[in-house]
Amino acid sequence: MTAVLRTDRVSRRFGALQAVREVSFALEAGARHALIGPNGAGKTTLVNLITGVLTPSGGDVFLEGERVTSLSSHLRARRGMARTFQITTLFPNLTVLEAVLVALCERNGLGASFWIPVARRIREIEEAHRILSDLHLAGDAGTLVRVLPYGKQRVLEIAVALATRPRVLLLDEPAAGIPGSQSAEIFSVLAGLPREVTILFIEHDMNLVFRFAERITVLASGSILAEGTAKEIAGDARVREVYLGEGGDA
Amino acid sequence: MLSALPGVLFDGVAYGSLLFLISIGLSITLGLMNFINLAHGAFAMVGGYVCVVSTLRLGLPFGVALVAAFAAAAIAGAVLERLLYRRLYGRSPLDQVLFTIGLTFMSIAAATWIFGSGQQPVRLPESLLGQTRVLGVDVGVYRLFLIGIVLALASGLALLVTRTRFGARIRASVDDARTSAGLGIDVDRVFSVTFTLGSGLAGLGGALGIDVLGLDPTFPLKYMVYFLLVVVVGGAGTIVGTLAAAMVLGIFDVAGKYYVPSAGAFVIYALMVVLLLLFPRGLLRRAR
Amino acid sequence: MSVAFSLPDSRWRAGEIAFWVAAALVYVIFPSDLVLASQVLITGLFALSLDLILGYAGIVSLGHAAMFGTGAYTAGILARHGWGEPLTGLVAAGLAAAAVAFVTSFIALRGADLTRLMVTLGIGLLLYETANQAAEWTGGVDGLSDMQVRDLFGVFPFDIRGRTAYLYTLAVVFLVFCVARRIVHSPFGLSLRGIRESPRRMAAIGSPVQRRLVAVYTIAGAIAGIAGALLAQTTQFVGLEVLGFSRSADLLIMLVLGGAGWLYGGLVGSALFLVAQSRLSRLNPVYWQFWLGLLLVLAVFFAPGGITGAIAARWQKGGRR
Repeated sequence: MTAVLRTDRVSRRFGALQAVREVSFALEAGARHALIGPNGAGKTTLVNLITGVLTPSGGDVFLEGERVTSLSSHLRARRGMARTFQITTLFPNLTVLEAVLVALCERNGLGASFWIPVARRIREIEEAHRILSDLHLAGDAGTLVRVLPYGKQRVLEIAVALATRPRVLLLDEPAAGIPGSQSAEIFSVLAGLPREVTILFIEHDMNLVFRFAERITVLASGSILAEGTAKEIAGDARVREVYLGEGGDA
Repeated sequence: MLSALPGVLFDGVAYGSLLFLISIGLSITLGLMNFINLAHGAFAMVGGYVCVVSTLRLGLPFGVALVAAFAAAAIAGAVLERLLYRRLYGRSPLDQVLFTIGLTFMSIAAATWIFGSGQQPVRLPESLLGQTRVLGVDVGVYRLFLIGIVLALASGLALLVTRTRFGARIRASVDDARTSAGLGIDVDRVFSVTFTLGSGLAGLGGALGIDVLGLDPTFPLKYMVYFLLVVVVGGAGTIVGTLAAAMVLGIFDVAGKYYVPSAGAFVIYALMVVLLLLFPRGLLRRAR
Repeated sequence: MSVAFSLPDSRWRAGEIAFWVAAALVYVIFPSDLVLASQVLITGLFALSLDLILGYAGIVSLGHAAMFGTGAYTAGILARHGWGEPLTGLVAAGLAAAAVAFVTSFIALRGADLTRLMVTLGIGLLLYETANQAAEWTGGVDGLSDMQVRDLFGVFPFDIRGRTAYLYTLAVVFLVFCVARRIVHSPFGLSLRGIRESPRRMAAIGSPVQRRLVAVYTIAGAIAGIAGALLAQTTQFVGLEVLGFSRSADLLIMLVLGGAGWLYGGLVGSALFLVAQSRLSRLNPVYWQFWLGLLLVLAVFFAPGGITGAIAARWQKGGRR
């Protein structure tokens, strides 16, 4: 089994609400995997369980064979799990360059180094600039994050996640709130990533999903409804019902 | 030693009742607007001074003075909320802390300038002086009166919050202000009315408490810790939690000062640290 | 290589050099105000330590005086009981304060903002009460006097006019400042700012947030302790108020005046506050308190985006320095 990320009957309840029910899910190495489902299906909750932001009420999470269920999120991040947030979670008063830099420093184990100034870390600074130009943000390096237009902030979210050189990249609605032309651009960047990076993304825009995803998992009411290739899911009547039967989505 | 226990407990409950009365406004404000109001004690102080002026300078009966105290503090709360507090609801905790410390300083300076820095005397009505026997224990009539009033008010508040439509709006807004606004609840008005009510109650507590807590211009700073303590330990936004915390703290403070006088206020601060360690979200925090 | 253009680089700026030169010149220009000048530097260092946790790491503390007072009493008690050597006393005070900070960090840094506020406040009050009760060691309400502070380096006595005290204070404050400056410009400093902005994001990129906060809290505690020790050694007296809430509150006000989130905020704010206080509060303490309160209220309303906004505005300019 080449599953780089696996959940085993993972569940999470909030009081009386069972947000995620016994979801067993496997992410193959190098996959381009989409997680879709109607609002409230539990997608973000599942990602929060995988990344350690939430502790499961039951079940386990495995990263590259290692049981990480009780590991805090920062330790999982250290082990190569990166994520972006549905609601932009960045550093409002840092510059774009600093935002990426701070991730690079963490990755290179410099986070605790307190003597040598950051400005002298040429290697990290150059790499930060490189990441920014790959994502067409080079011109904004000195801009404060909170001044950045929303679309670019979403791209920066991905840049920060990529800076940690992850093995697994979990993207929560990366193109949320971005007009069509720009979101296609974001996805073409993702498409350009090497296969060493396994990608799981939550998305609502079906065009993007069908164009980009090689495998799709459909979540509804906290459980997996269907799983398969893009063609299989597109043809699945249950999926259509749960989605379009509710008035359509995206 | 133990024979004094019922008396100590009784005094502790009386003290706790006062703490509850003053702190409940702070608790609801914090739970509702997520606003750290370190100046809350100033409203209590306003009530206290209005009561003193009413009874000693204007010669009004005690009951009227209490109503005046409530009204004055409530009006002050309403005005300040509308003009100042309202603009700071979304701000960082630091901004809120600095603003309310600033208000506190201003109120202390104003009180010193108007009334001087000494303790204010209070003239209680004859009917509330002396002692009486309850369940075989000699208790002060005034303290009994205090407990009675506060328990009645607490029940009234509980009824207001659980049985009335307005109370439902408060509860909804505490749980989720944005959704409540989306449902058509005039959240601004809920904030205003609650703040006003909370300040009024604090003023009433300040007036009732002159005999127990004393009254001088440093009142807001001196007792700020206690009010915050009650709110944080009891859980912001709950009536029962605030009442429980106020009672626990009241009893422990009185008992501590009686049985271990050399430790002074040490007991209460140590207790706070312990309680916060065990219940970082308060005794009865509403689950968000 | 123009690559570092958008990072605040760490070279000493002309303004900074001017500041320290001016501070040194005070010795010559205002020989009769050296006691006040020492106070400004000491309080400025104390404010800097608070800024490390407040302006850089985002922790609102109302009890920072706890570490300051610990340092003061440590140096004071040592000097009273025969250990009057100032430099080692300074180090001991710093270590003691660091220990207090480290131990309390585990409860002070838990929970949401209000809980942290309360716990830091409570710890400050607890220590105050402890010092009050332990009158045998601390002198209680009367304060700790009778300290035998030895000559600096065995050569320079601490004289009444405060000349040795001033140079000693200036040197220590400058050295500690340099250390703080390095910390702030380091990757660690960057991660602290990241934590202030978004602890969630920092955790998601693998940063051990809690550990970093404990580290900065301890370092800030040590610095506050050193400031406290300086106060004790130069005035040869330690009063209970070193642990009092007013000290912690006044400190916040100084950071408002000078601006939090940049190295000189504490020093500038302390200078403004203490000089104003020495002139105005003498006239009428009530007015002083009133205007101080009003200043705070106005600052919160009119500083762009509030105090924290003012920090951000500074960083915006800083990014292009």
